[in-house]
Amino acid sequence: MNTLVIAEHDNQTIADATKKALSAAIALGNDVHLLVAGENCADAVADAAKIDGVAKVLKADDAAFAKLLAEPLADLVVSLAESYSAIITAATTNGKNFMPRIAALLDMPQLSDITAVIDADTFERPIYAGNAIQTVKVSSAKKIMTVRATAFPIAGEGGSATIENLTSTGDKGISEYIGEELTVSDRPELTSAKIVISGGRGMQSGDNFTILESVADKLGAAVGASRAAVDAGFVPNDYQVGQTGKVVAPELYIAVGISGAIQHLAGMKDSKVIVAINKDEEAPIFQVADYGLVADLFNAVPELDSAL
Amino acid sequence: MKILVPVKRVVDYNVKIRVKPDQTGVDLANVKMSMNPFCEIAVEEAVRLQEAGTATEVIAVSIGPAQSQETIRTALAMGADRGILIQTDAEVEPLAIAKLLKGVVEAESPDLVILGKQAIDGDNNQTGQMLAALMGWPQGTFASEIKPEAGHIGVTREIDGGLQTIKLNLPAIVTTDLRLNEPRYASLPNIMKAKKKPIDEKTPEDFGVDVTPQIEIIKVAEPPVREAGVKVETVEELVDKLKNEAGVLS
Repeated sequence: MNTLVIAEHDNQTIADATKKALSAAIALGNDVHLLVAGENCADAVADAAKIDGVAKVLKADDAAFAKLLAEPLADLVVSLAESYSAIITAATTNGKNFMPRIAALLDMPQLSDITAVIDADTFERPIYAGNAIQTVKVSSAKKIMTVRATAFPIAGEGGSATIENLTSTGDKGISEYIGEELTVSDRPELTSAKIVISGGRGMQSGDNFTILESVADKLGAAVGASRAAVDAGFVPNDYQVGQTGKVVAPELYIAVGISGAIQHLAGMKDSKVIVAINKDEEAPIFQVADYGLVADLFNAVPELDSAL
Repeated sequence: MKILVPVKRVVDYNVKIRVKPDQTGVDLANVKMSMNPFCEIAVEEAVRLQEAGTATEVIAVSIGPAQSQETIRTALAMGADRGILIQTDAEVEPLAIAKLLKGVVEAESPDLVILGKQAIDGDNNQTGQMLAALMGWPQGTFASEIKPEAGHIGVTREIDGGLQTIKLNLPAIVTTDLRLNEPRYASLPNIMKAKKKPIDEKTPEDFGVDVTPQIEIIKVAEPPVREAGVKVETVEELVDKLKNEAGVLS
């Protein structure tokens, strides 16, 4: 039996998160097929075929899959499920949305956010915002899993997978896409950026985030935020790093005016190097920071900006 | 419109949990328990729809030990009309929860089920989507705004790059994200009133659902501890360390 991975893509290229989830899929030891569902997704299919370790790319090109809505996508995957013993996707907001629907339609349990593959049946996953790590064994006929992308290396290039065209299973029409409001930014995407600079409640306002943006632009960094900053309305929710937001693991994470609640640490503590800038020297963020600077951020951040 | 709101009793948001020394799980003895924060948002949204005249009845349902009754009382004090407790001491997995909720949905025929997107204990983020699948209903997950209208509901969703708006046929499932609303604190008179509201008691057997776990927990361990590093005195020193010691800046 083979492993099916459901790809996330922009019709041009396969997302890094999917390429990392592929590493988890390959670790299961079976042939890996990659499903690219979308509308006018030929370029993404071509990109998929080049990924090392992908034996076959399944192409489902139809208007029904244009926005990867859970209802039509789940019906498509269920129609394919018979020949797979594992179905895997990255734990992005898309993956988190459609995967449990697939699992329930197949009457299978799901493992969310796995962070390690111990063997073909045994996996690790964080619970309680990463304050505990569960080792779990699944004996169900199919393993349905979402993968925490930051925990796995990115699959390389150099493959030459065959491409199979699928017949669309259509759309029952119970859900309809209306529109999107996407954050427009020239900065790298938060979950794949090599450097992330995040602000917390200490930023005091959304306008003050401009001082972080200036540093971010010099470093080629993404800008993030704590839940407190999102709750206070400083920045949109898609900036949020933490248990209920995004999980990041960049080379360098700079936490500015963030106290370090466990829910925030859950989203960034696997970063390689952590810097904390906070005027409260008792702030818990300093317990995980490699380099801590006790200072008023409104002095320190502009100084950092001019030092770069 | 009738709304069903499933709520879960979990370790309070502010508690720093401890893993048991024998690695069999998380120590829940004498730990403060509360309603899962995302479930509070779900209750709040349902109650607001009732206050706006859109909802006619709000039913809170919880699956768990006898103490889950307190969680239902919290929902009733926030404004839900009545409760259903499906009592079990078993650790029930999301798929079995969804099957139990399907039984409740079939008995109560709500037009809308609003759930939290995830519980902060298991961090699974599965139950709403699974219930939608079992019912064959559409799902609007991670909602930051909902607009019910005749026969359908508009849902604005928090997605990775921003916001997405979708339209779902009713009946439908909605799961809540943080910005949907700010839940109220129940007032003392409402807490007193909630004591008189009815709670129906059921068991998993009443719904013919097998709650035996399908996932075996081998162990639960502490995450690797990250050692605190050093304090630097100046920005200059910080930049120097990042360049020459950590090598993350060029």
